[in-house]
Amino acid sequence: MYDTAIIGAGHNGLVTATYLAKAGQKVIVVEASDRIGGAAVTREFAPGFKVSGVAHILHALHPRVVADLGLRLDRTPIGTSVLLPEGKSIDITADAAATAASIGKVSPADAEAWPRVTARLNKIATALGSFLSRTPPSPAISANDFQTKLALGMFALQLRMLGKKDMLELTRILTMNVADLANDHFESDAIKGLLSLDATLGVYLGPRSPNTVFNLLYRLSSYGKHGMGGLFLPKGGMGAVAKALEDAARRAGVEIRTSAPVDHILLEKEIATGLVLKGGEEIRASNIASSADPQTTLLKLVQPGNLDTEFMKRIRHLRMNGCVAKVHLALDGLPDAWKSRNGRLVVAPKTDYVERAFDCAKYGRVADKPALEIVIPSLTDASLAPPGKHVASILFQYAPYKLRETPPDEARRQVLERTIDTLDVLAPGLRTRVIGSEALTPQDLERDYGLAGGQWHQGEVTLDQMFFLRPAGQYQQYRMPIPGLWLCGAGAHPGGNVSGAAGMNAAREILKATKARKVAA
Amino acid sequence: MTHVQHLKPFLRKTPFHAPMEALMHGNGWIRWMGYYSPAFFDSVSGEYFATRTGCTLYDVSPLIKYSIRGADAAKFMNFLVTRDITKVKPMQAAYTAWCDDDGKMIEEGTIFRLGENDFILNAALHQLHWLHESAYGFDVTIEEISERLCGLALQGPTSRDLLKVMGVGGIETLPHFGIMETTLDGHWMRIDRAGFTGDLGYELWVKPESAHWLWDTLMRLGDPYKIAPIGSQALDMVRIEAGFILVDADYIGAMHAIRPTQRESPIEAGIGWAVGLKKDAYFVGKRALQQEKAKVTSRHILMGIEVEGRKPANGAFLYADKAAKQEIGLTTSGMWSPILKKSIAFARVPPAYAKPGTEIWTEIWYPKEKKIERLMARCTVTSRMFFDPPRKKA
Repeated sequence: MYDTAIIGAGHNGLVTATYLAKAGQKVIVVEASDRIGGAAVTREFAPGFKVSGVAHILHALHPRVVADLGLRLDRTPIGTSVLLPEGKSIDITADAAATAASIGKVSPADAEAWPRVTARLNKIATALGSFLSRTPPSPAISANDFQTKLALGMFALQLRMLGKKDMLELTRILTMNVADLANDHFESDAIKGLLSLDATLGVYLGPRSPNTVFNLLYRLSSYGKHGMGGLFLPKGGMGAVAKALEDAARRAGVEIRTSAPVDHILLEKEIATGLVLKGGEEIRASNIASSADPQTTLLKLVQPGNLDTEFMKRIRHLRMNGCVAKVHLALDGLPDAWKSRNGRLVVAPKTDYVERAFDCAKYGRVADKPALEIVIPSLTDASLAPPGKHVASILFQYAPYKLRETPPDEARRQVLERTIDTLDVLAPGLRTRVIGSEALTPQDLERDYGLAGGQWHQGEVTLDQMFFLRPAGQYQQYRMPIPGLWLCGAGAHPGGNVSGAAGMNAAREILKATKARKVAA
Repeated sequence: MTHVQHLKPFLRKTPFHAPMEALMHGNGWIRWMGYYSPAFFDSVSGEYFATRTGCTLYDVSPLIKYSIRGADAAKFMNFLVTRDITKVKPMQAAYTAWCDDDGKMIEEGTIFRLGENDFILNAALHQLHWLHESAYGFDVTIEEISERLCGLALQGPTSRDLLKVMGVGGIETLPHFGIMETTLDGHWMRIDRAGFTGDLGYELWVKPESAHWLWDTLMRLGDPYKIAPIGSQALDMVRIEAGFILVDADYIGAMHAIRPTQRESPIEAGIGWAVGLKKDAYFVGKRALQQEKAKVTSRHILMGIEVEGRKPANGAFLYADKAAKQEIGLTTSGMWSPILKKSIAFARVPPAYAKPGTEIWTEIWYPKEKKIERLMARCTVTSRMFFDPPRKKA
């Protein structure tokens, strides 16, 4: 008999487990696959070539999680380069003067605007970000405990303290599309293209779709004090982050079982009392916390007939349209253009480029000309590739989960081919250097990592699926309708990225409920 | 209400329309679910007394009927409705409610369990969308079969004798809410012992091509049993006496309530007995209903009241006291009951007043000689089953 059984040894599952174990609970984590980390993994895709399997840049891991769990992460800060034709680029780094000089070569006006605009966006995003580590309040104010009410009050105060101008700006831009926002402040296609990609990564939206500024702010919220303060490549790949979390969990006394797929959640008298594994084994626990996505948890692991009709419909209709594919390249050396490109490389030369890539996805096709985010982690981390050789990890936007006519194998081939076609123009000779490759479409990601819909964030990060609406109204406080069942993954507030915030918040709510139960008894 | 002239080009005719048309002296057609349906044939009181003293036919063909089958049909039905379906055996019918997530009643109706995993659900309003949504994850096939079956409600003290003469073997032993199937003169027929009158009575279901045979046979043999066709106005009287609630008359269906607060739980609508909170399975709205029960948050309960005097009290205010200082609710349906010689009504009263024997007051406004008069009448709270003769179940 355990206090809490957790489904999924992804990063959020491990974070919840560790917090609970540290508070004295007896905790077990069961993981369907044979590895720990979920979508935070390092995998060898070609002999000697290793790469972060899904997420590849660390920026959102919540500082409180890092501190509370005593995580030690070896990591390299990186900048962003927007790749332009003829080997040119705009390089954005922590060095303000160098950044200004780099943007200035394309547009002096944008060089001046960049620090001003990003500072303002970051300020707004940081104010919003204070809620990443809080439990969303219930819209019925009386339904909240003191702690949540206080958090809501502090949040309102924080928004007010932004000052009148910035608060108005926040209300203006919150639901807006990023193309208009970029046009408000910048003139160069390259900067607009960069914002377009940053605002649409991971959502099934184009830069002219409403809600994209929100996704941008969501991303920026982790660049400040509510995240890691910038972009980082973890040494040893994302698997090293999972390893650090695993170690923390084991130190706290968490029991972790891999290759233990859950068949269903055991319900007795309509209360969740345990897990039944595929082999038939039962694991009993007072709390069941699932870090699987809401659809997997509530539509598959909870057997039919235990959840109300309208709630089930809400969960079925969550927008989970994965549209980012992952490409891994094993390179027999780098083309000259890339020999010192150790940061994040972005292929999104202008707004229309990203919008047209989205148009393809809208009609169920793989983007003809994809927007790409590339890192070459082997430049700073020799452990990832044999000497003299390199790996490239690439996000391919857009490759839709729902394909209209393209067969899945054809889509996978297109993703790889179009990535190499695009890159070979920007870094001539790249094609001939490719000695191994792998492309994972959203369908592959669903199969290999259990991400429903191939959605990286367990549900798109849009206003209608965030905050007190994630995963559904009335069920935003990690507690699911079935007593004893909790959601602790990215499908709950505050959503995706390797952040651990959802896991941390869920653990706090589970402990609160446990304490209340004890007081009542 | 009876003017359907302008709808004539659009209304459909049930398989019983032609024989009913021949007896329709008062042009009392109304619209029901897109069909011609009789409100009365000629005299409402005549039809009412025929139901209480002889037997009557009412065309129930326009009811919406769903067939629900499949490996998970029993499990699904138990999830969909508030009653405990495991207690309903094959060839038994049961009256039940079904609710939305918040435990508010969408509708109530009758379930016919024909086999282990073979059900028919009768409803007054369309439910297919809700049934499909609720069936997610279950191995069931849901089909609307409204036009494949047509039916007559044969109700009244002489109904069993008539069926006996008709040659329905085993009708004497068919229990209340029992179902049987038979073939007479080559016509398949399903009979269930249920109805909307609170009296001894049956519902007879046949295929549309057997409709005229059924009507003609019953009318031919029925004369000694004082058979008569009736319309919905007489039916409304007997159903009030029997205590049966009607969607949109006594409660508002959750799916078409204008405000969320208009919705009512089955407990509030006075059919709490049909809510199987103790059944060993979850059903839609159960957690909400458990909360309602545990925290006693029912806003009112639909009870019966017997009103002093002769004036019918429908849609009347209810008060705790004669001085009308404390308003406590409203009546829904109400009437002068000719057979009980009492004014009766359904009353929405707070739970504290929902105990038989409680005295409350109602304010009745009624027209008299070109004036509107006001009357405060003393009422006694009772069960809604005003008319409940032993023969109903015997």
